[in-house]
Amino acid sequence: MAITEFTPYSALIGGALIGFAAVVLMLGNGRIAGASGIFAGLLTFEFGDEFRWRAVFIIGMLVGAAWSGLFLFNISTIVFSGSSTMIILAGVIVGVGTTLGSGCTSGHGICGLARFSLRSLTATCIFMTVAIITVFATRHVLGG
Amino acid sequence: MNKLMVFVSGLLFGAGVTISGMVNPMKVLNFLDITGIWDPSLAFVMAGGLIVTLIGYHFIFKRLEPFFASSFKLPTTKSVDAKLVLGSACFGLGWGLSGLCPGPAIASIAFGRSEIYLFVASMAAGMVLAKFAQRRFSLA
Repeated sequence: MAITEFTPYSALIGGALIGFAAVVLMLGNGRIAGASGIFAGLLTFEFGDEFRWRAVFIIGMLVGAAWSGLFLFNISTIVFSGSSTMIILAGVIVGVGTTLGSGCTSGHGICGLARFSLRSLTATCIFMTVAIITVFATRHVLGG
Repeated sequence: MNKLMVFVSGLLFGAGVTISGMVNPMKVLNFLDITGIWDPSLAFVMAGGLIVTLIGYHFIFKRLEPFFASSFKLPTTKSVDAKLVLGSACFGLGWGLSGLCPGPAIASIAFGRSEIYLFVASMAAGMVLAKFAQRRFSLA
């Protein structure tokens, strides 16, 4: 556990960029900018047009992150939490959860809410609440 | 599909999750730790993203079709079902345990940390597993 600095301006600007990403993808190609859905679509290994646009999006993400990491964000501030076992476990749970739940923070929390989707509102309330309870349990009940 | 616009969207997305600080799991966990060392920054990420998308979508959906595709491809399921509730709860648990969600995790591959490779590989395995289970038990 380590205190992180409150950064409202970079948070707001970064958030707005994610919003512009969602707008560009919908306006250009009519798709929802949901990270879990776009990534999961690559795992079919059917190398058609569906595979290609998703791959292009992911490559764009990596270039955008790398560029920002070089000039705008200090990547040495990144701190992971938990053992390798915990990270693997969390990864599997996130993969299963976003597949069954049809989306994650970007797909439901940004794009879904912006479409006034009841499913996305439900999903966002549930994953936020469960995540808050999980952190409370691991940090304040079990002691992290 | 226009690949340039897809690329630009990915670029903005990757820059956004990085600049916002969402790529830092500790920052995410501190946002979720409302009774402890709370860092409200991520509420601003959500607000920024939502405001831009709300306004953008409002005007986009006045059009009949996107620029480079025949139609908007939007989710067709409208009802809240057990799968959505269970899946979202599951995602919340994994997010709360690690501070990692799919977007920032995938973008962070660019930073070359072994923890992220572990996480993304495990997440991919979980996705394949869940898709297989859905087909096997015809839950899809």
